[in-house]
Amino acid sequence: MRINVNDKEYTVEVDGNPSLLEVLREQLDLTGTKYGCGEAACGACKVLVNGVPTPSCITPATAVQGKSIVTIEGLEKEGSLHPVQQVLLEEDVFQCSYCAPGMILTAVALTEKKKPLSRQEIVEGMNGNICRCCTYPQIIDALSKIS
Amino acid sequence: MMEKERIKKESKEKQTRKLPGEGLSRRNFFKYMGAGIATYFVWSDYLGATLISGQEEGHPVADQLSSWIHLSASGEVTVFTGKVEVGQNIRTSLTQVVAEELFLPVSSITLIMGDTQLTPYDRGTYGSLTTPQMAPILRKAAANLREILLDEARQEWKLGTVSLQVEQGTVRHPQNGKRLAYADLANGKKLLQQMDDNVPTIDPSGWRVAGTSVPKVNGREFITGKHRYVSDMVLPDMRYGKVLRPPVQGARLKALNTEKAAAMPGVQLVREGDFVGVTAKDTRTAAMALASIEADWERPPQVSGDRLFEHLLQTADNGKAVSSQVSNAFDSAAHQVQQDFEVQYIAHVPLEPRAGLARWSSDGLLEVWTGTQRPFGVQEELERTFQLSKDKVRVYMPDTGSGYGGKHTGEAGIEAARLSKATGQPVKVNWTREEEFKWAYFRPAGLIKVRGAADKSGILSWEFHNYNSGGAGIDLPYAAAHKHQEYHRADSPLRQGSYRALASTANIFAIESTINDLAGKVGADPLQFRLNNLNDKRLIAVIEAAAEAFGWNSRRPDTQHGFGMACGAVKGGFVATFAEISVHPQSRELKIIKAVTAFECGAIINPRHLESQVSGCVLQGLGGALFESVAFNEGDISNAFLSSYRVPRFKDVPEMKVILVDRKDLPSSGAGEAPIVCIAPAIRNAIDDAVGIRINRLPMLPAGIVPEA
Repeated sequence: MRINVNDKEYTVEVDGNPSLLEVLREQLDLTGTKYGCGEAACGACKVLVNGVPTPSCITPATAVQGKSIVTIEGLEKEGSLHPVQQVLLEEDVFQCSYCAPGMILTAVALTEKKKPLSRQEIVEGMNGNICRCCTYPQIIDALSKIS
Repeated sequence: MMEKERIKKESKEKQTRKLPGEGLSRRNFFKYMGAGIATYFVWSDYLGATLISGQEEGHPVADQLSSWIHLSASGEVTVFTGKVEVGQNIRTSLTQVVAEELFLPVSSITLIMGDTQLTPYDRGTYGSLTTPQMAPILRKAAANLREILLDEARQEWKLGTVSLQVEQGTVRHPQNGKRLAYADLANGKKLLQQMDDNVPTIDPSGWRVAGTSVPKVNGREFITGKHRYVSDMVLPDMRYGKVLRPPVQGARLKALNTEKAAAMPGVQLVREGDFVGVTAKDTRTAAMALASIEADWERPPQVSGDRLFEHLLQTADNGKAVSSQVSNAFDSAAHQVQQDFEVQYIAHVPLEPRAGLARWSSDGLLEVWTGTQRPFGVQEELERTFQLSKDKVRVYMPDTGSGYGGKHTGEAGIEAARLSKATGQPVKVNWTREEEFKWAYFRPAGLIKVRGAADKSGILSWEFHNYNSGGAGIDLPYAAAHKHQEYHRADSPLRQGSYRALASTANIFAIESTINDLAGKVGADPLQFRLNNLNDKRLIAVIEAAAEAFGWNSRRPDTQHGFGMACGAVKGGFVATFAEISVHPQSRELKIIKAVTAFECGAIINPRHLESQVSGCVLQGLGGALFESVAFNEGDISNAFLSSYRVPRFKDVPEMKVILVDRKDLPSSGAGEAPIVCIAPAIRNAIDDAVGIRINRLPMLPAGIVPEA
């Protein structure tokens, strides 16, 4: 099966019906997308599927045929970071950072819909993403700076 | 050979050559490190002991080294420490203290951390010890290296004992303004010096790099998804492994049928006694093979959650007799509070579950990559499991997806090594979330019994018993006429271990709740009652700072609002948290409106990262305070998923304020634990203030509804 990830076409194997997460990590070596819970409860595995933040752990790879997927590896364009990455880096938000890729992709979709975001909009839009280091206040402050 | 080539070759070799186990002779050291200048430090110096033995050429054996810094002939500074990075951002703070003393930019310093072959032995990254122990060592080691460089420059220029200026990696000539780069001074030399403990270091009041909010040194790697956590790592010919789990801890295998798994193409089965595992080309195939295995287990009888506290009390040590002075003072006091506190097991839930990757080489070397707070502990576990000598086991610890005290062990690494040994190929074992919940360990549950008595003059009697959760934080910080404090060991139904701040969270919850209630009985303001009975000026200072920022003396905005406070001193950190809550008059729903925390841990090394540690502790603590609890029935963990075990999320974040008290005159201590201890009692006391309900259990309100009186 062919899938499009970060504007590149790949041929992948879908025997055994693997999740999109497994295909990204194990077949394409795109390990920026993380496993956190396996049941779409933590947001660590979120990628953009046609621009929509989607938990890749419960999404069968076969379901994304013909769709465009963006992972954390695809956000940087010609060496410049996406504004969401930029602000989170400048504000020095993360601790262990394992949640960062899922957080960033969720925030990318949010900021594409509306800028600037109110605190309430950030909290609502990001609530599906867990940061166990609990850097939530730092993430909220940083994202509210995007205009 | 050209000098440059030689250095390149040597630096390549240092990746593969083992540490000289015979002892750290000068010759061995530079054979291993490459030419240059280095300074090292031994643990026994720091610990004030005189146990150095087995020396060669006056240098200690490798195991006694605590750290070293090496300046290469090309000017690279490399710091070697056995401490590890699990998100507390010590890679950055330790780099800062070295940069400070060497007058170098942070970017020119590399830290090699937690690699058992390259770094000196370290017991582990826990107990808030990195900042108070390792940071001063590295500071002194870097200062020592700077002094060596100054001496070398004086010799080069044939100067006497003049004082020289250091700037951006160069030494400046006092008269002619010429400069010598560190690289020039190190070139062609093989200088190894033990650190002089009396070397002058830069006073924190003059810090320019330490003490500032230097961003996470490798932050870009994380934000772009490039950093490889162990769970992301791949080796040539690597296979994905899964291990068959019993239904409960302690179950024994009675019968096993692996026919279906064995018939699956590309699946390898491993069985060694009760250890059963599979490897395959990908996780999916391995998981399907595992699911096809039929196993029958014999389950040992186990205590269920509904009998937990009864069981802890029944199995506990009797302990020491309580003196009659303590009981008489209690009995005769004007005001008494006697109450029990129940604290449930909670899970660490590191967002990266345990992961291990193992490879056996043809020469018998076992390499294991695993996310652990104790790489040297895992090395010892591997030595024992496979009957190997230390030099045949190398453990690597890449910066890991958090621990919070929950990754002191090396289960996934050992499992990967077993599967790899049996199959002859590198194997990676990534635990699922369910495995992390069921097969790691928990923060201990505990039962606490308190009897306290007071009058207007102060605390007259204090009797405190902790069953099972631990003795950390058990000491009453207040003056009391008579005291009895005791931790009683008990039989824990579930596997338990370290957790951020250990038992301090439980003990300080009970202490600060009881102090609140005594203040109420005496008719004193809870803040004033505390101040009247405290002597510790550092604790008083954080209480006062938080009280002012919170507005303790302001009026409650509404009758359903409550104010509560708590304070504590843990491992050199001083913390006070003030909370404002409201209880909805009809639904009785609890809302945390505001949490203000003041924290002091000596001289601050990185204010931004310290603030993250403090707010992170408070918010993580909110989970254990309000809703986190492990549900178990005869050994089954029934909420082993993130959909059933609730952790704090964005929506749980109240208005937060963190006040950092910087004491440049005091040594820096750790901050990863202390700030977690006050949020629970502050909320508990605020609920009491609002509606007069005292909730003496953790978690307090899993459903978020405050009961009627």
